[in-house]
Amino acid sequence: MRVDVDVDLCIGSGQCALTVPEIFDQDDDGVVLLLATTAPPELHDEVRDAASRCPVRAITPTDR
Amino acid sequence: MASDLTPHPVTRPNPFDPPLELGRYRETEPIRRMAYPDGHAGWLITSHELARAMLSDGRFSARSEFKRPPVSRPGADPFYGAPALPGWLVDMDAPEHTRIRQQLAGKFTARRMRDLRPRLDVVIDDLLSTMARKGPPVDLVELFALPVPSIMICEILGVPYEKRAEFQQNSETLFSLRVTADEASAAMDRLYELLRVLSGPGGDRDGLLAMLAEDGTLDREEIAGVGVLLLTAGHESTSSSLALSTFALLSHPDQLAKLTADPGLIDNAVEELMRYLSVFHFGVPRTPLEDVEFGGHLLRAGESITVSLPAANRDPAWFADHPDRLDIERRSTGHMAFGYGIHQCLGQNLVRMELRAALPALFRRFPGLALAVPSDEVPLSSDMSVYGVHRLPVTW
Repeated sequence: MRVDVDVDLCIGSGQCALTVPEIFDQDDDGVVLLLATTAPPELHDEVRDAASRCPVRAITPTDR
Repeated sequence: MASDLTPHPVTRPNPFDPPLELGRYRETEPIRRMAYPDGHAGWLITSHELARAMLSDGRFSARSEFKRPPVSRPGADPFYGAPALPGWLVDMDAPEHTRIRQQLAGKFTARRMRDLRPRLDVVIDDLLSTMARKGPPVDLVELFALPVPSIMICEILGVPYEKRAEFQQNSETLFSLRVTADEASAAMDRLYELLRVLSGPGGDRDGLLAMLAEDGTLDREEIAGVGVLLLTAGHESTSSSLALSTFALLSHPDQLAKLTADPGLIDNAVEELMRYLSVFHFGVPRTPLEDVEFGGHLLRAGESITVSLPAANRDPAWFADHPDRLDIERRSTGHMAFGYGIHQCLGQNLVRMELRAALPALFRRFPGLALAVPSDEVPLSSDMSVYGVHRLPVTW
């Protein structure tokens, strides 16, 4: 699964970093940091969950 | 219009469930006409799906010029209809909102919260020791639920805790549904005055206010406004959540027993308590900036809309298996207790951490904790814009 984030949309709520710390972190300004651009199969559900929890829908997971 | 023009319901069947009408509306008409207290007609949204869609849609504005309170609240009159106060980002849209929020987000990241945890544990421990020394019965709000978030937000902002009496009193006035416009205006003025001083050269150099002053992106008046907003929001809503969560657990002994038996449930339990209690009980106001087709209706530019967070949080379409039941093992992700969209609560991870630390510590120290009065004598703060209890008399 490919993971894209739109940092311009990010408001720093940090829901992604809480949900999948393996993939998402926050920088010192609270903006999302993508730790990996692809998610292994065992994290697919969690990445989808993080995308759904993002209050500004800044996360786009793409199955491929 | 098919639906009767009814006002926002306010009567609760019990301390924990929102007004029953909200559930009925959600089933039959998740977006419906509603009578606002000033007599004009607007809209009420009660389903999780529509609430989420609206709060993440940039066509709906949060600017104070358009806001009208869904229930009678004379104290809101001086603020609604006028431009946002300096720094008051909850009343702004992008890009003004973005500019201010960006200055604050870094102070409330999950990592920053983890750094604060040791200090939080000390604060909690001290307060519980004071409570133990005092002996039962005590008011849990006064001795625990209010000071925990209050001390923490003061330290984060760099506001001396000795100033708390001043801001607590004014903040209570601000959040009350019963005060007059003049009283609310005066309370807001006093809060700005207090924060202007504290964010100036005399304040604590390590706090967020000093950091903002040094950074220079926000002007002095905006920093004072941010201080007022975070200080009032930061202790009022969290203290309500903490006290009401304790009340809910004491009233659901099976759930409390589960949590005590398996402390690992606490993270999930806190999410479920936030969902179930939804202390922001009159929801959030929005207004379309243009005519918008939404949920099968034409919403006209300038109309008032109230998004009911408590109703969305009890929606069986999102939370399967009896959402009106408190179940600390339920998967309650996606709840809207902190709102949704660009205005989603800035301090949500601080709230989470405070509840995750405070609730287990409280029940560990006082395993026999119980209400000191019959549950129907607990004074509920239905008369505040943030729901909770005024006092929670407990014994052990």
